Amino acid sequence: MARKKIREYDSKRLLKQHFNRLAGRDLPIKSAQITESTDFNELVEKEPWLSSQKLVVKPDMLFGKRGKSGLVGLNLDFAQVIAFVKERLGKEVEMGGCKGPVTTFIVEPFIPHNEEFYLNIVSERLGCSISFSECGGIEIEENWDKVKTIFVPTGTSFTSESCAPLVATLPLEFKGEIEEFIKSVFALFQDIDFTFLEMNPFTLVDGKPYPLDMRGELDDTATFKNFKKWGNIEFPMPFGRVMSATESYIHGLDEKTSASLKFTVLNPQGRIWTMVAGGGASVIYADTVGDLGFASELGNYAEYSGAPNEEEVLQYARVVIDCATANPDGRGRALVIGGGIANFTDVGATFNGIIRALKEKEAKLKAARMHIYVRRGGPNYQRGLAKMRALGEEIGIPIEVYGPEATMTGICQQAIQYITAAA
Amino acid sequence: MATGQLFSRTTQALFYNYKQLPIQRMLDFDFLCGRETPSVAGIINPGSEGFQKLFFGQEEIAIPVHSTIEAACAAHLTADVFINFASFRSAAASSMAALKQPTIRVVAIIAEGVPESDTKQLIAYARSNNKVVIGPATVGGIQAGAFKIGDTAGTIDNIIQCKLYRPGSVGFVSKSGGMSNEMYNTIARVTDGIYEGIAIGGDVFPGSTLSDHILRFNNIPQVKMMVVLGELGGRDEYSLVEALKQGKVNKPVVAWVSGTCARLFKSEVQFGHAGAKSGGEMESAQAKNQALREAGAVVPTSYEAFEDAIKETFEKLVEEGKITPVKEVKPPQIPEDLNTAIKSGKVRAPTHIISTISDDRGEEPCYAGVPMSSIVEQGYGVGDVISLLWFKRSLPRYCTHFIEICIMLCADHGPCVSGAHNTIVTARAGKDLVSSLVSGLLTIGPRFGGAIDDAARYFKDAYDRGLTPYEFVESMKKKGIRVPGIGHRIKRGDNRDKRVELLQRFARTHFPSVKYMEYAVQVETYTLSKANNLVLNVDGAIGSLFLDLLAGSGMFTKPEIDEIVEIGYLNGLFVLARSIGLIGHTFDQKRLKQPLYRHPWEDVLYTK
Repeated sequence: MARKKIREYDSKRLLKQHFNRLAGRDLPIKSAQITESTDFNELVEKEPWLSSQKLVVKPDMLFGKRGKSGLVGLNLDFAQVIAFVKERLGKEVEMGGCKGPVTTFIVEPFIPHNEEFYLNIVSERLGCSISFSECGGIEIEENWDKVKTIFVPTGTSFTSESCAPLVATLPLEFKGEIEEFIKSVFALFQDIDFTFLEMNPFTLVDGKPYPLDMRGELDDTATFKNFKKWGNIEFPMPFGRVMSATESYIHGLDEKTSASLKFTVLNPQGRIWTMVAGGGASVIYADTVGDLGFASELGNYAEYSGAPNEEEVLQYARVVIDCATANPDGRGRALVIGGGIANFTDVGATFNGIIRALKEKEAKLKAARMHIYVRRGGPNYQRGLAKMRALGEEIGIPIEVYGPEATMTGICQQAIQYITAAA
Repeated sequence: MATGQLFSRTTQALFYNYKQLPIQRMLDFDFLCGRETPSVAGIINPGSEGFQKLFFGQEEIAIPVHSTIEAACAAHLTADVFINFASFRSAAASSMAALKQPTIRVVAIIAEGVPESDTKQLIAYARSNNKVVIGPATVGGIQAGAFKIGDTAGTIDNIIQCKLYRPGSVGFVSKSGGMSNEMYNTIARVTDGIYEGIAIGGDVFPGSTLSDHILRFNNIPQVKMMVVLGELGGRDEYSLVEALKQGKVNKPVVAWVSGTCARLFKSEVQFGHAGAKSGGEMESAQAKNQALREAGAVVPTSYEAFEDAIKETFEKLVEEGKITPVKEVKPPQIPEDLNTAIKSGKVRAPTHIISTISDDRGEEPCYAGVPMSSIVEQGYGVGDVISLLWFKRSLPRYCTHFIEICIMLCADHGPCVSGAHNTIVTARAGKDLVSSLVSGLLTIGPRFGGAIDDAARYFKDAYDRGLTPYEFVESMKKKGIRVPGIGHRIKRGDNRDKRVELLQRFARTHFPSVKYMEYAVQVETYTLSKANNLVLNVDGAIGSLFLDLLAGSGMFTKPEIDEIVEIGYLNGLFVLARSIGLIGHTFDQKRLKQPLYRHPWEDVLYTK
């Protein structure tokens, strides 16, 4: 189970499509997406309402507080929307400490409204919590005490009784309508594997609920069940996470294999680089370098696991070594090839790929004055470690090799000692 | 959720989705612990039944295989643990089916990527029925000296190294399966070892939580202290904080939450585990470590100091006299698997089969050293493939073309010949393709289709010994042998077999030498002088021309040619070719829906 944020455009697309199927009624939602590749003429042909009514346009980039940040264009005609988008497309903005370019916008009809309701559904361990408030909108945080929350345990049905605490204080003329809406949205939430859904606000148009702003997260491990229901869904990277060429190369490798290959550059000028086996261990190696006070020297986070084959390890290791050895500056660097004691991964086999990459990159490693520190245990580890030791002699690069008799993160301390002494 | 021991030395499990290695590792662990019964009572492999042979120490045992969960539970009433090795697609459904069985108390789910909503259903069902789910996305868990789930704790060497074959005093729980093994090693180094260790799995909502197991360990008298390895993301550690604050845990807890490095990342990050996602401050490793420390757990300053914290806590318990010294036992030696021993160079074993014509071990299959891609890309034909697999060499194109012509000419000869007849009768008896085909093939021999080989043998022998056609034919006559390859039921000297003419024309145009064929023609000239139906037939033509192919191509030594003729290659050509026709006859009869064939009485002479 991994929760992935989706764009507002997709959230609304799924809501409209499946609301009809599950509640037997149409939600009159209209929305269009604009990116760098959008042809505006084609878009108007497909969505003729764009040229016949006033519009709202805003970035669709997985960040909130767009209204407060002046990133929403209100009550515009289509030409003004185009101008609004062109002025901002590809421009960098800073949201909550993350910087990144705006690449995607959502355009919708401008809906003048009075009511602003808040609805939020979150999947929790023992059920789902549903929150509702009649004081939604951008002031929601100031009105947090007005938000009512109920909890629906897994396996129980969501009835009018359980919904009552949410809608008890609503005026009679739309209480029933909103109760039905919440029930339908909750059914949809469960039906298509949402893990988080928020409408802030939704309003009433002709007495019917109409979401103005929406956020959603899906459980991407449920993809196999929702292939048809989700349609062409995109799971964008978190805002501000821009992949370098090397990172997206590894990301591509990762998507193609059943194994797991992760690589993030933290500091291209860092002098401690890691390549660690195992999801749990890789985090601990990065932690340890930081906890020992050398976070600023940590070049990257890198994890390989799930028994990648030799060829995959080779391609992966090449990239890590290339980044670790880039722009040599005469000062020493350390490469930590770490890992815990594997349960069933063949250490000898995965090390073959790493060893091939190290041999290929001998000159680069020497130019970067790289020292290598290895620690690993598990099936066939003696053979893997022996090959690593032999490699050190063969290519004349200092390689310190340890097995399960040593602590897992002891080599972090050694790496730090080397780079401080060699500075 | 159970509140005490989950496993014992007699616990038995059902194993869903047969995987040889993890089961063997469980049985090896059993043997190491001196268990009397194997810990796997039965295997469930949807769609198949029977037994699987596995080792229990030196001996082989047969473990029953069932096709459904219900059948397995009914057959093994005392097996209360269900180890689920199903894929992420089917893990939830099979786990729910297992939880619903009254005999099952614990379900361990190995698969990574089970949908959150499915796991939540399992959690809800387990809670209301007092059952335990371990996982998904886990390696499992182990009770030292008693019971082990699947691949937990890795190799036998590691299990011995970590003294997991006998119980110690430490209860351990972590999210990460990989790190659990590392921690068994660490804990063995600085304490008397593990009593029980559980990896709850890396998902956002694990079936059972860190605190579920800590509270359980708290109720097990043999567990004297607990070690927890948590992870950033989620709020699971806070339920442990609450339990500590409420005084529900009265044994020392040493804890570390990994993921302090998350603040180094500029945007939100998803680490290796699904549950390990950086986000809110509450879910950070720093906040969780702080909260655990404040609630009374022993929390080091870094993972590096974790081992020392465990050591100090254990030594304090020893000083306080709370640890009963563990009786050390020497585990028995597990016989090494032949494959492992060979791989490590300790033993050698003779092979039982030798093969020289093809190899399927590399990137792509090779025929006589030629990779499949070359065969396809260079436009090889069936004749080339035959030359590679039968003769182990690439023959010139005219040779392989000749082979293909022979196959085409011999592919069928109508429904009345014995092979086709048998095939037709068999197909009409409702038998399958292979039965129909072989019943036809079985008629091939000295009287039907076997003449090519004999023709080649006799023509070669006569020509090589320099016999004139007259000497050859008459010597055969003296021995009472009809000259193979000569004679036809219908064809006559003035009405030759069209197929023979085609072969001869091809050979005259393409072969460098046709001396054997010319010899066969001379023989025919002589036999025709004796009777008009003694023409060179297609068997004789192929037999003699094949001799020319072998001798004239320059690709074969003389002993090789002798061997080819001797061991019946040419008969192979006929068998291969005629299979095409026999398969056709089978399909033909099935398509025509022909009923059982019964030979008419009128067509049989009944006599005494």
